[in-house]
Amino acid sequence: MAMIRGHAVHTAARSGLFNCHGCRLLVRRPSADGQMLVRCPRCGTRLHLRKPNSIARTWALLIAAMIFYIPANLLPVTITTYLGSTQPDTIMSGVIFFMQTGSWGIALIIFVASIVVPIAKLIVLIGLLVSVQRRSHWRPAERTRLYRITELVGRWSMLDVFVVTVLVALVRLGYLTTIEAGSGVVYFAAVVVITMIAAMTFDPRLIWDALEKNDESPAH
Amino acid sequence: MTQTLIACHECDLIHRVQPLPENSKARCRRCGALLYAHFPNTIEWSLDLAITGLVLRVIANIYPFLSLESQGTVLETTIITGTIILSEQSMAGVAILVLLTSMLIPCILLGALVYVLWPMKLGHRLPANRRAFRLALTLRPWSMTEIFLLGILVSVVKLAKLATIIPGTALFSFLGLVLVLASINTFLAPQTIWEKMDEWR
Ligand SMILES: [Zn+2]
Repeated sequence: MAMIRGHAVHTAARSGLFNCHGCRLLVRRPSADGQMLVRCPRCGTRLHLRKPNSIARTWALLIAAMIFYIPANLLPVTITTYLGSTQPDTIMSGVIFFMQTGSWGIALIIFVASIVVPIAKLIVLIGLLVSVQRRSHWRPAERTRLYRITELVGRWSMLDVFVVTVLVALVRLGYLTTIEAGSGVVYFAAVVVITMIAAMTFDPRLIWDALEKNDESPAH
Repeated sequence: MTQTLIACHECDLIHRVQPLPENSKARCRRCGALLYAHFPNTIEWSLDLAITGLVLRVIANIYPFLSLESQGTVLETTIITGTIILSEQSMAGVAILVLLTSMLIPCILLGALVYVLWPMKLGHRLPANRRAFRLALTLRPWSMTEIFLLGILVSVVKLAKLATIIPGTALFSFLGLVLVLASINTFLAPQTIWEKMDEWR
């Protein structure tokens, strides 16, 4: 049944139940509110009604990711030396290299994984945070699905980090050509890891809490 | 003890746990998130897959990944050489990240599953099995073998004009490992295993 806003909805939080993040066990919330540390009797995970400080932590991680995103794209990720001449490559010039050599499929894969996915992920997570903070009622199911896709796809940005590793390992000293890793790859790896953690820190249940009346929305 | 109620972890809606037809999954009726799955053989399948995965993982470590042939010399590469070279270039952080996501985390994940599921199949349990199972579930998004494999393919295309690249034994066992981990993601029904653990209480 579609749940219309304002009607009684049976959520775990409203029923006074913790939904364990580790094993999904529903645990009755102790009546005394002063309880600080409640652990799941089945798997030992710390219980919260909502992920603690979800909005502030996700914002902090996203801002850090945005800052790292700049050097990740401006600094070279690989430095190729061929017959004495050095050529630094950024993520984007790597994509252009594949386009020029006619490997359109590979160019597209790297472009999507290294440029489209991180930017889309930042935009989606910021959009979700703003919508939750404004207590938006707009299409909660679609926003939740968007979150789910973001969380699922984000890992694939690690692709370029792996490509650099394999290139560096294969093309070693002693050859006419050598490839070295550039510092851009450090920032890029940081962006991928930080945005993955940011997606995990965001609590999609906050999207649905906004549909309930203000005074009834649960605190963590 | 069977759990009768389950709450969606994405929208918090409570659902009554209903018996599912074999090999199917239940989704949240409000937001569509996965709630639970019913694979009658989830323990046996996941255990067999995890053991296979560990064997493949060992093979992938021993044999060379790729050989690069250029100007008459052959260079063989394993995952470890790649990370060693990265750390030599003062990229220790990235090297550790690559080592973790492509090697150590998949190993720990598979090892934790075997640790929990093998005794469970035989009707025993080992200490800290709940913690081990929770660890395996938490590590899932950080096991990136499939992305690493794609990374290898991209690098091979990039180097195709530079040298002849010969795929090694490890590459094929690594492909097997990717398939094994994908199957575990499909057939592992955590709710069934948690409930099985509850029977010990
Ligand atoms: Zn839901």
